[in-house]
Amino acid sequence: MSMTIEPQTTKAARLLAFSRLRKLELSRDQLGFAITALLLLVVFPLSLSGFRLGMVSKYLTYAFPAIALVVCWGKGGILSLGQGVFFGLGGYCMAMFLKLEASDPQSTSIQSTPGIPDFMDWNQLTELPLFWVPFNSLPFTLFAVVAVPGLLALGISLAMFKRRVGGVYFAIITQAIASVLTILIIGQQGYTGGVNGITDLKTLGGWDIRTDSAKLILYYANASLLLGTVLFATWILRSKLGRLLAAMREKEERVRFTGYDVASLKVFVFVFAAVVSAIGGAMFTLVVGFMSPSFVGIVPSIEMVIAAAVGGRHSLLGAIYGSLLVNYGKTFFSESFPELWLFLLGGLFILVVMAFPNGLAGLDIKRYLDKTRLEKLGAKLKALDPATVAPATMAPGAASPVPPRGGVQQ
Amino acid sequence: MIGEPHLLAVEGLGVSFDGFKAVDDLTLYLDNGEIRAIIGPNGAGKTTLLDLISGKTRSSNGRVLFKGGEITSLKEHEIVQAGIGRKFQTPSVYEELTVFENLEMAYPSKRTWWGALWSRRSPQVVERVQEIAELVYLKDRLNDRAEILGHGQKQWLEIGMLLIQSPDLMMLDEPVAGMSVHEREKTAELLKELSKGRAVLVVEHDMQFVESIADTVTVLHQGKLLAEGKMAAVKNDPKVIDVYLGH
Repeated sequence: MSMTIEPQTTKAARLLAFSRLRKLELSRDQLGFAITALLLLVVFPLSLSGFRLGMVSKYLTYAFPAIALVVCWGKGGILSLGQGVFFGLGGYCMAMFLKLEASDPQSTSIQSTPGIPDFMDWNQLTELPLFWVPFNSLPFTLFAVVAVPGLLALGISLAMFKRRVGGVYFAIITQAIASVLTILIIGQQGYTGGVNGITDLKTLGGWDIRTDSAKLILYYANASLLLGTVLFATWILRSKLGRLLAAMREKEERVRFTGYDVASLKVFVFVFAAVVSAIGGAMFTLVVGFMSPSFVGIVPSIEMVIAAAVGGRHSLLGAIYGSLLVNYGKTFFSESFPELWLFLLGGLFILVVMAFPNGLAGLDIKRYLDKTRLEKLGAKLKALDPATVAPATMAPGAASPVPPRGGVQQ
Repeated sequence: MIGEPHLLAVEGLGVSFDGFKAVDDLTLYLDNGEIRAIIGPNGAGKTTLLDLISGKTRSSNGRVLFKGGEITSLKEHEIVQAGIGRKFQTPSVYEELTVFENLEMAYPSKRTWWGALWSRRSPQVVERVQEIAELVYLKDRLNDRAEILGHGQKQWLEIGMLLIQSPDLMMLDEPVAGMSVHEREKTAELLKELSKGRAVLVVEHDMQFVESIADTVTVLHQGKLLAEGKMAAVKNDPKVIDVYLGH
């Protein structure tokens, strides 16, 4: 009789343990998000000076490309070494609008051609280039911030993924694109502001972005947008598409031979990553007040990958902490040891990859606690499993219980 | 004269890699409800044939018709969607996902990126996954990650992933490799069960297994068709004996 009940209880215990495990996972995500939201929206604004908060604001804009990389690289297995391209394009689109607003005929009256951006005047341009004209409009600019990098990413990814270019080759191509775009921007000084970038930005639709109150509002806007992006990315990762990404990273062929067009899934992820990065770039321009090619090229692109790796390339929240840490480190070290910074950055990356492949998120204490709790649950399950219980109890017990029962009957 | 078209018609199919003809002018027909085994020594072109049918490799000449329509130049996922499922030689499952999720990913709906983005787990999917899991002996392992399954169970899981798509033709590349005798028997039983209402094409080395399941056996040698017929007849064919024992 006990033999028929035992598997039932085992099954129930296993199901219960499983649902508990799922709950733990969910609550860990929610707790992490709540703590991060509290930190960004309450603790930082209350405890940091305006100057420091401005720095945090800047670092948080780098968290956008880091989150993009978590989705694209960590979850989808597509390493992009050119995320700066999209960050930069988003930033440049925003900067073009702000620059045009700052270049009204009154304030540029000393130029030989008033009403055009100062760097164009220095480069003997006498009228606004055609592609600048639509950036007089704020709605168009907001659209372009997303559409320009999105369309470029669409073009690149269609060309690459339809031809089954992937892995290292794809990473190298994205890096080459980052390099090409930097050279293009620097070379076309009259159209882009060259190596100095687009500077002296003042107002957004008449609202001065340089005042302290504007900076605080921008900080909140930036942090909220970032948290919103985390939620949106979580939503994507929880869908079937999210699980397909994990499947694709592992066994691309199997996904293809299950009837999915792998290329189109990859294109979606890459375009999503580009758009998220671009929003970060646009926020960067607003928060910092300028945009230059030094945020577009190979080095910033790799810094974004490092931020994602340090935070933990599988963790959306990790990307935020990774960006804060790496960029704070960059500020700190580059002030103290300017020549050594790149070596330190490289060293940090190697250290993380070698010692903590899952980054900060992999170190998280709560997870460690969960793990020990899970191990305990696992041990309990093992104890309940008849396969393991039987030999253990049967061996010593089998000889003794049977004869006494026989004895009673007799 | 005009009868029902064959489920699968391979006609004059060939492919060469740098002059080496891996499959050469091969013609073969397969009908609904049939279990066909393809055997042959190493390098006979068995796996290449599956690659050609499933679109993994493009043929140099010949054509493949499925349910009367040409599929020779379709993309892999389109061929799958047309109703041809394929199991790989080494079990190809998503180790990091659970058995449930593995089967769920193979469920044939919401296969575009847009559909998958909006797709949440539905009761129909759960029901179908459970049904298939029961069929492939994995009912009790639904919540386990695939990496902890035994080798034979991974093979079953992959068969289950094909099965959930209800393909009209299943192509299995060495489905019993690495399985215990008991697992082989269960797999043979499974294949017989699932050949009802569809055709099954099996590439296999294990002669005993082939004999126990296949209606017809096709023997390949150096990319060409060597013999075709009942296992008993094929076994006694001097050409076949020569190829298998001659060297």
